[in-house]
Amino acid sequence: MLAVAGLKSNKVRSLLTMLGIIIGIGSVIAIVSIGNALTASVSDTMSALGANNIRVAVVPEQEDNTVATMRGNLTQSRIDDSDLISMEQIQKFQERYSGQIADISLTESVGDGKVRDGRLYANVGITGVSAGYRSINNITLEKGRFLNDRDVDRMRRVAVVSDRMVSNLFKNGEDPLGKEIDVDRDDEVDTYLIVGVYRYEESSMIIGAQTQSDQDITTPLYIPVSVAKVGADNQNYQSFSVKTKSDVDTAAFTEQTQKYFNDLYQNNGNYKCTVINMESILSSATSMLDTISVAVAAIAAIALLVGGIGVMNIMLVSVTERTREIGTRKALGARSSYIRVQFIVESVIICVIGGAIGVLFGIGLAAVGVYLLKASLVVSAPVILISVGFSMLIGVFFGYYPANKAASLDPIEALRYE
Amino acid sequence: MGGNIIEMKHIVKNFYIGTPNELHIIKDVSFTVREGDFVSIVGVSGSGKSTLMNMIGVLDRPTGGEYLLDGIDVSRMSENDMSDVRNRKIGFVFQTFNLIPRSSALKNVELPMLYAGMDGRARSRRAKELMELVEMGDRMDHLPSELSGGQKQRVAIARALANDPAIILADEPTGALDSATGRMVMDLFHRVHREDGKTVVLITHNRELAAETDRIITIRDGRIVSDQPGAPRAAEGR
Ligand SMILES: Nc1ncnc2c1ncn2[C@@H]1O[C@H](COP(=O)(O)OP(=O)(O)OP(=O)(O)O)[C@@H](O)[C@H]1O
Ligand SMILES: [Mg+2]
Repeated sequence: MLAVAGLKSNKVRSLLTMLGIIIGIGSVIAIVSIGNALTASVSDTMSALGANNIRVAVVPEQEDNTVATMRGNLTQSRIDDSDLISMEQIQKFQERYSGQIADISLTESVGDGKVRDGRLYANVGITGVSAGYRSINNITLEKGRFLNDRDVDRMRRVAVVSDRMVSNLFKNGEDPLGKEIDVDRDDEVDTYLIVGVYRYEESSMIIGAQTQSDQDITTPLYIPVSVAKVGADNQNYQSFSVKTKSDVDTAAFTEQTQKYFNDLYQNNGNYKCTVINMESILSSATSMLDTISVAVAAIAAIALLVGGIGVMNIMLVSVTERTREIGTRKALGARSSYIRVQFIVESVIICVIGGAIGVLFGIGLAAVGVYLLKASLVVSAPVILISVGFSMLIGVFFGYYPANKAASLDPIEALRYE
Repeated sequence: MGGNIIEMKHIVKNFYIGTPNELHIIKDVSFTVREGDFVSIVGVSGSGKSTLMNMIGVLDRPTGGEYLLDGIDVSRMSENDMSDVRNRKIGFVFQTFNLIPRSSALKNVELPMLYAGMDGRARSRRAKELMELVEMGDRMDHLPSELSGGQKQRVAIARALANDPAIILADEPTGALDSATGRMVMDLFHRVHREDGKTVVLITHNRELAAETDRIITIRDGRIVSDQPGAPRAAEGR
């Protein structure tokens, strides 16, 4: 095939010509693959969290609701207790809607610590939680029990630990239940009694998390939230989660809850309360993704347009360079239509090769992105086929004008061309 | 030998038609060539030889007059029909060879057969035969850039013969070659003429080569000024 021979003899030029197509197709493939991977993992997370969970959070007046609510505790740095939700307010809310509310989960993050037993150790993230935390976060217990209301009320120094921590600390298979552990944090040592062991599941949604060895992995260590609040910056709560009873319309209850807390924060000029459910988190995540997709699609479209013009340019150069050849072919009896098809095929080949390189490049990019996001790569065959098909279309569209120019050359003029 | 293969009646070719500087390049030319003739066309540079040749080769239409090629009126044909006539009836040999640079010698010879719609196997079989005929059997896979001028012209002659055309048209085929190589190419034309009975029309500046042909047509300023049989005697005529 002549077209391919032409490409081979001009490798650098061909590659430069293809660059726009490569970038255009590559970015489309990358964003679609990453989008698919994220959507899959967001849906996973969502079904894991349960569709009937809602989240209440205090955010500064001017902040965007969903993003801030998702960010949760991270914003609580310089916020006064009077702006936060008190335990009494939460209890009052729970009593008011006892028909709808199944559980309420409160959390207080304490920080990272190390559990030591002689030479053995395990890393933990100390988190104060209420009894409702278990059902809302789908904690699976392997042994013993989870923390209960009495642990919280009486501020018992008890802990529920992960199976991973147990395997790091109790090497010879002792029963961890009833054992006391020393938790080392900021040179302070706290002692807790183990009352339960839960199964640790790695989250697929932690962005930027690094895979650690089994020995150094940090797993949550749950203690009663009242114990965690001792010495904490705030005694009140910046956010909490609610699980509705199974027959409750979660969306409607989300609105009710929003109204309830709007009334509560009516007179607060600096802060407000936002209430969202998992569905709205998902839809805002997908809408964020959609926005990114639109931006990338625009870039891709520009790259493809520039790429197409590049292909057209190189084809025009090729037509000029091969004027005599075209004249010869016509003298030998090639019809104009044959010359036209030949050049369109050539342009399509350039674009399809560019598109194929772009597909590989895009999948590579997606693999890196998906790795960083800790999701798993989903390569969609239809998207690849559509991309390659689209490259072909670009080839035909931008190859048509040069091909037509070649086809309509006068054979005598073309043969005389120096 | 058969009847008239070329029959030109009052052929006129003008350029820049309808403008103040309209050029009259071919002025009322009439002549016939019988099948199997070896004719040479001579004349000074700019006299209109190539212009006439383009019309004989159905690359161009005359402004006026009638041209019957093998009995068919080709002077008012559509472009596509002209392509098909060139493909089947005419074999071109150019001064500058005009081989397709990135195709092997064999592929070059196959090209007219490709355009004629011949299938791949038959094409390559015939192309190989033709390459043997022009004694280029050992250079089939070479690119034109790897061949000498004489070798290129032999490939071009093989290509011109591909579809067994009625006429071989050669516009100064030895113009770019040294005299020894030109001699060899000229001998090949004689062989094609003698052995295959092909009609050959040759444009040349070389009086000696013209003298070897059956008939010499001299063009001056767009008109035929003499039409004599070949032979050394005739060549001395001027
Ligand atoms: N397409 C064209 N437009 C305008 N003038 C042309 C065109 N083609 C040829 N001519 C003119 O016609 C005249 C004859 O040209 P032609 O090429 O037929 O000469 P020639 O006899 O083949 O000369 P040479 O021996 O140098 O090849 C020249 O004056 C040339 O300028
Ligand atoms: Mg000429």
